[in-house]
Amino acid sequence: MGIRIIKGGMFTTVQDSGRTGYQDLGFHVCGAADRRSFRIANLLLDNPENEAVLECTLIGPTIEFTSEMIIAMAGGDFRPMINDEPVPMYQALYVRKGDILKLGSARSGRLCYIAFSNYLQIPVVMGSRSTDTVSGIGGFKGRKLEDGDYIEERIKRRKYLPWFLSRKLELHEFESDKAEIRVIAGPQDDMFPDAGIRTFLNSEYTVTSDFDRMGVRLDGPFIESRQGSDIISDGIPFGAVQVPGHGKPIIMLCDRQTTGGYAKIACVISVDLPKIAQRRISDKIHFRQVSVETAQKLIREEELEFQSMRDQIHQPCKEVLDIRLTAKRMKQLFEEN
Amino acid sequence: MKHIRSIIPSGDSAVLIRLEQTISSENTIGIYNLMSQIRSAKIIGITDLIPAYCSLMVCYDPALISWQSLRDRLKDLSSLQEDDITVTQRHITIPAVYGGIYGEDLPSVAELCGLSEEEVIAIHSGTDYFVHMIGFLPGFPYLGGLDERIAVRRLDEPRIRIPAGSVGIGGSQTGIYPLDSPGGWRLIAKTPVRIYDPASKDPVLFRPTDIVRFQPVSEAEYLDMEQAVANGEHVHIITEGGTSWGSGS
Repeated sequence: MGIRIIKGGMFTTVQDSGRTGYQDLGFHVCGAADRRSFRIANLLLDNPENEAVLECTLIGPTIEFTSEMIIAMAGGDFRPMINDEPVPMYQALYVRKGDILKLGSARSGRLCYIAFSNYLQIPVVMGSRSTDTVSGIGGFKGRKLEDGDYIEERIKRRKYLPWFLSRKLELHEFESDKAEIRVIAGPQDDMFPDAGIRTFLNSEYTVTSDFDRMGVRLDGPFIESRQGSDIISDGIPFGAVQVPGHGKPIIMLCDRQTTGGYAKIACVISVDLPKIAQRRISDKIHFRQVSVETAQKLIREEELEFQSMRDQIHQPCKEVLDIRLTAKRMKQLFEEN
Repeated sequence: MKHIRSIIPSGDSAVLIRLEQTISSENTIGIYNLMSQIRSAKIIGITDLIPAYCSLMVCYDPALISWQSLRDRLKDLSSLQEDDITVTQRHITIPAVYGGIYGEDLPSVAELCGLSEEEVIAIHSGTDYFVHMIGFLPGFPYLGGLDERIAVRRLDEPRIRIPAGSVGIGGSQTGIYPLDSPGGWRLIAKTPVRIYDPASKDPVLFRPTDIVRFQPVSEAEYLDMEQAVANGEHVHIITEGGTSWGSGS
């Protein structure tokens, strides 16, 4: 019992928080491109934080459930429907055997995550269930999902979750086509003269179609470097902003190679990485510099925000507790009949 | 360690430990030692270490350790590090069949270098290569030491798919493709050795500081070895502990 992929969608893969600990051997980290939405989808079901989910890109999949379970979706608005009835995102949803979940094309954002209360039966490869399509390892057979694929559920137990009616969040995350992206300077900002840094920080950059899980190329004003931008190859962190000889920034994302030889003028801060991953072609980006200390404070604040989301979904539904409201609803029901 | 130049942030979840910006075996060995030292210090919050030619990137979870505390811990470690730690160096012999369908670009490499194909093979297989780092793809070794006489520019039009095990030359580097992938290096040979085997307990053959040498074999030998590898046997030879290297300046 599990899920049958009726239509794979544009690029749907199994992802968790990534394959860390093996980058010294050249393994790409992979994992969810938008870690925030990935965590929220799991959080809505009390799943372990690192539980594998489906990451859907631009056009979502159609999925048939072959057993009952609870699911939750977070990320861009993919206009999901169950048995042709629209259903909300950011909410726990009960699905029965035979139900069909159909995601449309993204109305906002670029990525949507689907979490499953019964988990996905995906083997752990080097500590992770994430799909690495570049190396062909992990996830479902090391590749994106195709029509007809079948993924077993890993456990059967969770057909019920406490506080079920409270398991929803009011979030509107990726509506704007403009984003301010905060960055930390370096590690090779010294390879750019002041004029180059000014151009980078004061210009508007446009998201191009050259955008996948490895990275996104931006278009905009030429960033001047001192003497070319080739460096002796070194490690590339998630969110590194490389500026090759053509002077246009490339932001390195979750499937990036471990090492590379282009100067990194700056790195996107962790809490702004989801904003990058969810951009759409021709969206506008402005960069703003912050300190490492600020970036790390924002990470701690986001942790508190996750905690308050957990608190919010872990309480009885207010509408059920309000006797007057319940009485009013019942009265309405009687009057309608 | 005397030659650490700086410890700087690389974003909010990694720091870069920089050595003198040169490519040398001393740097590689120094970084390799530093890496073992950081591993044995078991600093909570470190998630990944990425050694490169002359830097080591330390990835961490900022929810578990702040940038300042990590920097201080790393400074303490590196000041404790002795300069003459030795590393057990491995010599790995990689059988390879040169030319023909296994190394389609051997004729063009020979022509561009003004040498005969036999001379290119003799030079390529007569050199010890030093593994500076692993990166780019799982198990891909950045090999130093290519003889300048056979350094040739990359293909103008990269190939869409190069089979795993192909040995190529790109600029002043030579390397082995760990898995089927696109690439622009000129292919001169192919090895039956799986330098990357996701099914194995040790999925990656090489590690920084290894010495690699190619051993030319005939097509018949290659095919036998390919069969042996498919049956789970090893056809490469590893000898350990031959040499000790000091990392002192």
